[in-house]
Amino acid sequence: MSRRRFRKFKNGLFLGLSMMATLAGLAALAAILFTLIAHGLAGISPRLFTQMTPVPNADQPGGLLNAIFGSAVMTALGILVGGPIGVLAGTYLAEYGRNSRLSTAVRFINDVLLSAPSIIVGLFIYEIIVVPMGHFSALAGALSLAVLAIPVTLRTTEDMLHLVPMGMKDSSAALGAQPWRTTLSILYPAARSGIVTGLLLAVARISGETAPLLFTALNNQFWSTNLAEPMANLPVVIFQFALSPYADWQQLAWAGALLITITILVLSIAARTLLAVLQRQGGGDR
Amino acid sequence: MAIISPRHAAQQQIYERLFRTATLSAAVLVLLILGGVALSLLLGAWPALHRFGWRFITSAVWNPVTDQYGALAAIYGTLVTSTIAMAIAVPAGFGIALFLTELCPPMLKRPIGVAVELLAAVPSIIFGIWGLFVFAPVLQRFVQPWLIGHLGPLPLIGRLFQGPPYGIGILTAGIVLAIMILPFIAATMRDVFDTVPAMLKESGYGLGATTWEVIWNVVVPHSRAGIVGAVMLGLGRALGETMAVTFVIGNAHRISPSLLAPGTTISSAIANEFTEAVGGLYTSSLIALGLLLFIITFSVIAAAQAMLRRLERRALTSI
Repeated sequence: MSRRRFRKFKNGLFLGLSMMATLAGLAALAAILFTLIAHGLAGISPRLFTQMTPVPNADQPGGLLNAIFGSAVMTALGILVGGPIGVLAGTYLAEYGRNSRLSTAVRFINDVLLSAPSIIVGLFIYEIIVVPMGHFSALAGALSLAVLAIPVTLRTTEDMLHLVPMGMKDSSAALGAQPWRTTLSILYPAARSGIVTGLLLAVARISGETAPLLFTALNNQFWSTNLAEPMANLPVVIFQFALSPYADWQQLAWAGALLITITILVLSIAARTLLAVLQRQGGGDR
Repeated sequence: MAIISPRHAAQQQIYERLFRTATLSAAVLVLLILGGVALSLLLGAWPALHRFGWRFITSAVWNPVTDQYGALAAIYGTLVTSTIAMAIAVPAGFGIALFLTELCPPMLKRPIGVAVELLAAVPSIIFGIWGLFVFAPVLQRFVQPWLIGHLGPLPLIGRLFQGPPYGIGILTAGIVLAIMILPFIAATMRDVFDTVPAMLKESGYGLGATTWEVIWNVVVPHSRAGIVGAVMLGLGRALGETMAVTFVIGNAHRISPSLLAPGTTISSAIANEFTEAVGGLYTSSLIALGLLLFIITFSVIAAAQAMLRRLERRALTSI
């Protein structure tokens, strides 16, 4: 009987620990969101979106307009460059080279890139763009984000194309369509929400990236639309302002952090919702 | 329907070739990027590696004034913070994954799973700023004095908990890292546990095993490769994580026996010093740090992927 009690005790102990781990994880998320909102909300005001980042000891508190603009530009450029490459490469893996040696290698390398430290991508772009150009630039920042966007898009695109029923492809082929035609007119529309999900996830991934921007786009105190020049961006501004000794700079950093987090959480939730809708449709079809 | 003219057919062939080439080039580009990363880091690191040789890895002296650079302190900091992070995040991630697959009421499964995944989406700079302004002061005021007072005087392990409570330091960086990689480990392990066939688990219960006995004797052995893969994936993240660590580690190039002392890691040294680095050798040494990090994380992630892939294949053949 005591053996049975011991087993029950062990069962309860470990299951309890497992529950506690889950509670702790959720508590961490809640704690981070709570402090973000508590500190960030105080800094949210219209001037955040109308004024530039302040200089030290400025009379005016300043805002984040140039940084928000810079982040938007570089993220957009990054996804415009990286997104299509990821989608095309994913198409190759799913449609042309399913089991070829090249595909196996690409899949493997892509998964490695997916979890590789982003700071290394920053160093890479620094070496191939910043050094030859002689100075930091928004273009270099956008390219480093593009490199980070490729693996996410590639992975989702391939997975989503695999989900398209074979019958649709076969029907298209039976009508005499070449694979490119089938891909463009049948597969992409059928997998559209899945591919969009991948792009959203990629945007969410790159819009918060800081490390690669530190030595590519750097930062800019002023409004700049020149892609060949350093450009302000939210993550680097948050980094510099948070570590500064000025209270209003730290306040701006918190406000910027809240903005980024909300953007990313909204993007991730949108991507997930899209995926859930897709899965429900897919389930209904079969 | 019109008969396809030869010209139309030829046109179709051209489009087909163009499209195929475009997708193929994009796929090859992925390989080129990794090759380019390795090559550019090697070239950039060459002056420092040539100058210092093996001393670059074995020396802990990092002095921009005398132009002497050794990576040992950064390597030490990277390994120690990652070890602390893994020691916390692996058991906790295992627990969360178990809860989600085996214990959770179906109604809560999706919301909690999504919450864990959202925690994974929060950018690392947010963890950094939270760690610096919220978590480090709490540690400094409540946790570290206790550690110093109670564990400090002990023999052997006491050395890990001596010195003033700075708040920031190796221990803080390790804990913040743990919170960061926890969702990755939990989500990957959950996916791994989901591949265990229900039949195997039911057989365990049929023999009268408790939930924990089924987990420990059926689920865990069946997904061993996947668990190792998930752990190594988390380790890869921890080793390379930059911003969260940079905020809370204190950035001191020295090896201190105490976990409460400030230190540095490979990635935080690069993030902190790169834009301030003047002189070719300084920059080159930082890139050499990047090369080291690349080699370490690449091996860990590649091993993790190989493990997870083996599991995937096995899952496919068992169906």
